[in-house]
Amino acid sequence: MSEARRAPTPDCDKVLLVQAELDGELDAAQAAALEAHRAGCAICQAALAELLRARELLRREPYETTPDDVRERVMARLRQAEPPPPPTPVRRWGWVFPSLGGFGLGAACAAALAFLFVLPQRGDLAAQLVAGHIRALQPGHLEDVVSTDQHTVKPWFDGRLDFAPPVRDFAADGFPLKGGRLDYLEGRPVAALVYQHDKHIIDVFVWPQSGVPIHLASNTALQGYNVVHWTGEGMNFWAVSDVERAQLDDFVVLWRKAP
Amino acid sequence: MLPHLDAAYNLARWLMRDREAAEDVLQEAMVRALTYFASFKGVNPRAWLLQIVRRTAYGSMSLNRGMETVPIEDDDRTPAAGDDPEAALLRSRECRQVREMIAALPVELRETLVLREFEELSYKEIAEATQTPIGTVMSRLWRARQLLARTAEAEGSP
Repeated sequence: MSEARRAPTPDCDKVLLVQAELDGELDAAQAAALEAHRAGCAICQAALAELLRARELLRREPYETTPDDVRERVMARLRQAEPPPPPTPVRRWGWVFPSLGGFGLGAACAAALAFLFVLPQRGDLAAQLVAGHIRALQPGHLEDVVSTDQHTVKPWFDGRLDFAPPVRDFAADGFPLKGGRLDYLEGRPVAALVYQHDKHIIDVFVWPQSGVPIHLASNTALQGYNVVHWTGEGMNFWAVSDVERAQLDDFVVLWRKAP
Repeated sequence: MLPHLDAAYNLARWLMRDREAAEDVLQEAMVRALTYFASFKGVNPRAWLLQIVRRTAYGSMSLNRGMETVPIEDDDRTPAAGDDPEAALLRSRECRQVREMIAALPVELRETLVLREFEELSYKEIAEATQTPIGTVMSRLWRARQLLARTAEAEGSP
């Protein structure tokens, strides 16, 4: 494989994720995070335009089914070949594997892509999160388990969720844990951890990651609430609050630094 | 196995870029699949069959792995009755251009693109069928699409 054959390496390591989104390979949380990134990235916008152009071209090529005569000849050949001999597959396959040489671009992307599952569903996740946060602020709705002790909150989720969310207390840093509750997002139950900072409430929504690990911290503001997304420990995290952006960022840094 | 015959036929056709060679590969691959089906333990028979087609094609002497343009022959399908002949001609020319552009792609880009766009395999299935890591599948897809889009632009394709 000659170097000349390689296309230039894209200048933003998110372009393969733009493509993955187009191919329906990102889950809703990842797609929302990517969208937030793409809004401010000219390279990713250009990449999307190019991908759409290619797709539009390919749509012109009609799908060709097997012609009847070919199908008949295959069937005839298969009837001849029966009955199959006892399988001894291992030896005979050795020769058929050609070496394909080292392709692989964007180490940053390729390395991060270990597991992929298709989750084509989309939704306006940030809006759902803010709605969940506002709903929870109504009197009596904030916590299902009220405790400032992470060792009380964490076991409370056992049996209520099919995953174990990490629970941490940052009282020493001015963000005491207040409790936790269950919420429902994107068709699945998620953990919501409740923190307080001065007079403000911070909700942290947690659920397992299911698609491409997307290492992207993204920020949005919606209806006066700040929303921050990050991933780690195999989980999606979304923090929603009316605290100031800088304070919410400090809080997220604490979370990400914690073991 | 036969539910996936169309997929096998198309992959063979795009790999070999020649109908006769494609049929040879298809026949050989189907016989192998039948022979080894008893030992198939996976969960995805389509990806498994496509993997056999691909191996058979790569083992075939007539697979041209070069960069040269060898367009697969035009088919002689006639335009549907009632078609405006001018529009039909234009469309067939556009089709031929796209087909030639795909056929001109390096084989590893071409197979990845065809499996994704025409067979609608997921990245995971393509990785299985082509025995390639998912990251490589993604970068090949990216390059294939980029080449197509840029070639079309250079040629001023509508």
